[in-house]
Amino acid sequence: MSAYKNLSIRQKQIVWAWLFLAIPVLFYVVIRFYPTGTAFVISFQEWNLLGKRTWTGLENYEKLWNDPVFWKVFRNTFAYLLLGTPVSLVISFVIAYHLDKTRFLHGFLRMLYFLPFMTSAVAMAWVWRWFYQPVPIGLFNNMLASIGIPQIEFLNSTTNALPSILAPAIWAGLGFQVIIFMAGLRAIPVSYYEAAKIDGVGWWTVLTRITLPLLKPTIVFIVVFSSIGFLRIFDHVFNMTTNNPGGPLNSTKPLVLMIYETAFSSFDMGYAAAQTVVLFLILLVVSLLQLWILQGDNT
Amino acid sequence: MGQILRWMVLFLGGILMIAPIVYMISTSLKWPHEVYNVNLIPEEPTIENYTYVLEDGRFYLWFVNSIIIALITTVSNLFFDSLVGYTLCKFRFPGRYIVFIAILSTLMIPTEMLVIPWYTMSQAFGWLDSYWGIMFPGLMTAFGTFLMKQFFESVPNDFLEAARIDGLNEFQIWWKIAMPLVKPALAALAIFVFLGNWTAFLWPLIVTNSVEMYTVPVGLSGFGDEVDVAWELIMTGAAISTIPTLIVFLIFQRFIIRGVVMAGLKG
Repeated sequence: MSAYKNLSIRQKQIVWAWLFLAIPVLFYVVIRFYPTGTAFVISFQEWNLLGKRTWTGLENYEKLWNDPVFWKVFRNTFAYLLLGTPVSLVISFVIAYHLDKTRFLHGFLRMLYFLPFMTSAVAMAWVWRWFYQPVPIGLFNNMLASIGIPQIEFLNSTTNALPSILAPAIWAGLGFQVIIFMAGLRAIPVSYYEAAKIDGVGWWTVLTRITLPLLKPTIVFIVVFSSIGFLRIFDHVFNMTTNNPGGPLNSTKPLVLMIYETAFSSFDMGYAAAQTVVLFLILLVVSLLQLWILQGDNT
Repeated sequence: MGQILRWMVLFLGGILMIAPIVYMISTSLKWPHEVYNVNLIPEEPTIENYTYVLEDGRFYLWFVNSIIIALITTVSNLFFDSLVGYTLCKFRFPGRYIVFIAILSTLMIPTEMLVIPWYTMSQAFGWLDSYWGIMFPGLMTAFGTFLMKQFFESVPNDFLEAARIDGLNEFQIWWKIAMPLVKPALAALAIFVFLGNWTAFLWPLIVTNSVEMYTVPVGLSGFGDEVDVAWELIMTGAAISTIPTLIVFLIFQRFIIRGVVMAGLKG
């Protein structure tokens, strides 16, 4: 104790800082950094969880490269990304743009759009799965039947299954994006719009020359955030296709579901770890690319 | 005229947005023979499905598990995320920048990459199928740390200095002076962490293997497969798992929306 008393104020600060950080630093090293390293190491090994780990070098990556299922999964994962991100971006912007201009019962309207974001993906995947069932069970096909339209195979068709699963994923995330867009819209100074009004500029010009350019930081955030979400899609797919994981002929299987099955159904840990490394690299490249493209020409 | 039309379209869109949730609740109140009826209002509403699902006993267990796990991780995150955020914001010490960058860098690592090492760790330490096993990866989050760090920037250093002169130690200054000043941020973080853990699926699915240890989402997922044809029971289970989030939402609505904005713009 007397040793502590003899320290200077600055030295005492250092002692306190490291006292506060001791447990968290240990946590981050043991629970985040060490496992990250382990994942890379396992990706170069063959291991069935029970037996010995054996070094196989790049074998897992070669296997992945030559695995037709992986390429199917790769395409699916990017289909979720390339359909989901723009569709959700445009819908949420249109909603936010109009919601921002509406005063009457504004809070109530906003609540309606935000509520789905709060629900659990698993519960809602089952609700949508029920909607998609064939007649006489599913709600959508019942509605179609009642107005005389032939029924649609939603989840059992190789072409319809992926969009059918994507729809609730987009639906669930819209509320979040609407709120972020509205905050971005509020941050644009009113004087810009007033100046445009005095100049007699049409709404389209205002939108494309003032609103959208000034919303750029918001758009960058939403695009990066939602792409990461679509690249990591799992809960919706898993719960809507449990009887046939990944849909008919793997038509809906995303990378995370492939990782889950390889690791915890086939216990091929090395192969699964190699897939996680690929996921990590995809996420890294996609987010860096987006930041670069969207922020690069900031004028 | 344009205003009214805009309002009507937005209102209809909003109704469509909540329709799945409304249908879920409506179906959970229907008798089995009525499930295939597209009417929203059940002809003879019943709570039979709820009594059935709750008497089954498993949902009750999963509910308790989820509540305990979500509460403990929330408390842990509030404590450690703000302690680390505060330290990185208000202290000057060698290594500060490295710690900051190191924690920031963990945001780049997807959970999916860590689940295999976490699983082998849990296996080695006997954490599989336990509360600790479900909770340990989420006890602290980099996101929460950065959110809190941002908010401690707004706490004036003079306040802390005054407390130092009054003879409070550093822990007391953090706990008694700085923490009460960032209550809104703490509340927002609490809601995020609670909901995040309440709805978490992948890791709990991996780490649990006995029905008694399942969380609500993991239990519901298996329950759905088991009673695949009894959609009124699945909708009841889904409703039960959603009710806590709906209650949290209706009570803290303004707060959550402000929190989302804060996190989105600052995080």
